[in-house]
Amino acid sequence: MTSGTITDGPALRDPHTPDSRIGHGADYLHAEHTLRSWFFTTDHKRIALLYLASITAFFVIGAVTAGLVRLALVVPDGQVFTNDTYNKLFTIHGVVMVWFFLIPSIPATFGNFLIPLMIGARDLAFPKLNLASWYVFMTGALFTLASVVLGGVDTGWTFYTPLSTAFSNTWVVPALIGVTIVGFSSILTGLNFVVTIHTMRAPGMTWFRLPIFVWTHYATSLIFLLATPVITVALILLIAERAFHIGVFDPAYGGDPVLFQHLFWFYSHPAVYIMVLPGMGVISEIVPAFAQKKLFGYKFVAYAAIGLASVTFFVWGHHMFVNGQSDFASVAFSVLSFAVAVPSAVKVYNWTATIHKGSLKLDTPMLYAMGYIGLFVLGGLTGLYLATLAINQHVHATYFVVAHFHYIMVGGTVLAFLGGLHFWWPKITGRMYIEAWGRISAFLIFIGFNVTFFPQFILGYLGMPRRYHVYPPEFQFLNILSSAGSTILAVGYLFPMVYLVYSIWFGKRAPANPWDAKGLEWTVPSPPPAHNFLTEPVAPKVPYDYPLQARETGRQHS
Amino acid sequence: MNPTDLALQLWPAAASATAVETDWLILAFTVLTLLLTVPVFVAITWFAIRYRQGEEADRSHGNVRSVLIEISWMLIPFLLTLIFFVWGARLFFISKQVPGDAMVVEAIGRQWMWKFQHPTGQSEINDLHLPIGQPIKIRMISQDVIHNLYLPALRMQMATLPDRYTELWFKADRTGSYRLYCSEYCGTDHSKMDGTLTLMTQADYAAWLQNAGAQQGGQAGAGRVVYESYGCGACHDPGAKVRAPSLAGLYGREVRLADGRTVTADETYLRDKILNPNRQKLAADYKQVMPAFRNVIPPDDLDRLVSYLKSTGATAQQEAQP
Repeated sequence: MTSGTITDGPALRDPHTPDSRIGHGADYLHAEHTLRSWFFTTDHKRIALLYLASITAFFVIGAVTAGLVRLALVVPDGQVFTNDTYNKLFTIHGVVMVWFFLIPSIPATFGNFLIPLMIGARDLAFPKLNLASWYVFMTGALFTLASVVLGGVDTGWTFYTPLSTAFSNTWVVPALIGVTIVGFSSILTGLNFVVTIHTMRAPGMTWFRLPIFVWTHYATSLIFLLATPVITVALILLIAERAFHIGVFDPAYGGDPVLFQHLFWFYSHPAVYIMVLPGMGVISEIVPAFAQKKLFGYKFVAYAAIGLASVTFFVWGHHMFVNGQSDFASVAFSVLSFAVAVPSAVKVYNWTATIHKGSLKLDTPMLYAMGYIGLFVLGGLTGLYLATLAINQHVHATYFVVAHFHYIMVGGTVLAFLGGLHFWWPKITGRMYIEAWGRISAFLIFIGFNVTFFPQFILGYLGMPRRYHVYPPEFQFLNILSSAGSTILAVGYLFPMVYLVYSIWFGKRAPANPWDAKGLEWTVPSPPPAHNFLTEPVAPKVPYDYPLQARETGRQHS
Repeated sequence: MNPTDLALQLWPAAASATAVETDWLILAFTVLTLLLTVPVFVAITWFAIRYRQGEEADRSHGNVRSVLIEISWMLIPFLLTLIFFVWGARLFFISKQVPGDAMVVEAIGRQWMWKFQHPTGQSEINDLHLPIGQPIKIRMISQDVIHNLYLPALRMQMATLPDRYTELWFKADRTGSYRLYCSEYCGTDHSKMDGTLTLMTQADYAAWLQNAGAQQGGQAGAGRVVYESYGCGACHDPGAKVRAPSLAGLYGREVRLADGRTVTADETYLRDKILNPNRQKLAADYKQVMPAFRNVIPPDDLDRLVSYLKSTGATAQQEAQP
């Protein structure tokens, strides 16, 4: 095949199926074929795929290091790896998973792919800036990865001072430079999304006709824009402190080590909502589609997204209840953290109410969504335990915290990511995956996840500190259980990697709208044409215009 | 003396009234959590079965879309959880009001050991002996990075900062030995920065203070603790994985060096060897692998360690004599 305009080429190489779509413009996958057309593309859909490939690779690195950490913890005496190797492993796991997978995952892939399609635009507001964001992201990520591979970093992903500035003799500075660079990618993406959502909506696509997915990405972009600069400044100060002893964080030079924690968490707590909000957006698309019912309380859910993004800026101090913060500040941060529960509860109850009296299809995306709700609820409520001052005094920095944030960050991001990947896979690739395999993967991941992380709540309450390479023998049983669960989880993760890739070549062709879903992205062919819309998109009168509506009367049988 | 290590323990031991109340707090919170979540989980599962596509079901909707419902399911759970905020804050404030008659124990965190000093002057490393029935305030500071003194049996922890003193206090009411940890990641040997908290009756504690010197074996005994906390035995103990010269009976003996010279292992040699072990001081037939402890081991610890090494020399010599 040659490059240029091919109007009716098959989806990638396919020896079996003759092409059935004739007469449409070339879809975005086949519009051009050269490597150059991928690496210099300004098409938001192709950039989304560049991100998808990158973050999948980073996820594998993060998952393998997690597996090695769990392997080491099978024995209490730390004989599997040396202390140094163990510390470097959990640092790589944290750095890669947080900065190179969880934060970019949904916004950079689905956000990039779907926001223009959902609002009826041909592309994002700044297509070249969008491509630049990916290059900035890759530059930073590869910089950090190179430093952890060549020299290793053993500070943990939090880089607390003065350990990171004065006492760690590892490659802290190059690793930090990479993370700092990646931050700029977040800022550019956020800027692009905000401008796009403000200025490029199709005629008739008013704010309250936007899908919740777009609302949550709008809220996420505000966090990207307002919080990321703070971590950038904090990390640059850390680099300067380490290189020149400027005396900001190191008490030996008149600095304050707790100041770093304030700056770090001022970004990193909102960052949790960078991970969670887009996940909520994905679930808010999946649940109505598979219940064939309008999202319950649309406006409340939209406001809750903005509410969460705002409240999350005022709770960072709950990471410092036992770190020498003033008692008054601790009490204030405690009660503010409880306030986060309000908008979170809205979402969960509204999804449940959406399912009520729906017409449910329990396909893979829906199974992931239901698993997500379970894990998110547990993760969220254990967050309230941690926000409770007296409980925090006991479980701070124990495995209770590890369990909690994995429930929120993995439960709230990875399950939503996988749910979204299955939901929009036909749209992205033009191919269907095999449903049975999808369902098996959803079950394996849900079970594996709970067997891995639930025992860690107990471990934490029993008092096992986190980041321990050697631990007292009475904790061994629960650690073995957790490691066994991680094996199931790993198998669960392998499934989609195999059958989704298989489907690219051998999957059935996907119709434009395989799920009978509403939303503008389902009105275009799968995969979408290079410029998204063949005809002028028409915004729906109401969002989530599913057959089953509240206030509707009369019996409905399928 | 090790704290109980049952293979599967599901509830940590509680050694103070505050610890017991913290347990009640978390139990009650768990009950509320179940009240708020179980209905959601049951509902989702039930709806998924009841309203599956193809199942015959009543899918008619009354006028259920009411602002009242939405506001109530936001506010009721929030207000219910606030009970636990108040309860937790009350316990937190109690744990911040140190009684005037508290006995003050000094603690120093350092990579990677805890040093405790009793008001009567005795000090110990990693282990902490304390009386029950009396408020105790631990005033602490770090010599390097941020550590965190964690006493799970008392449901308490507090960071030790390099620049300022922090404190925690408690009044224990149950004797026994419990674990203590460093819970803030502090570098390479973070997970070995732990020890045993031994809570004893006032009389036993007084007796322990009396005998502390004897128990510790004086300067040499304290040196043994230093020897262990720096992990010297990992190489120098008999049967260690890394082959290094045995230190028992070394003091006063002649040592052949790698460069052919022979020196006497006197106190100066031992000190130099610890601070800057390799180069001209490498013993014959051994590889150059020992890390230098210059700027790592503080002078008082070095004194104790050397005393300990001298004492093992004395023992070995005594045993050698008929």
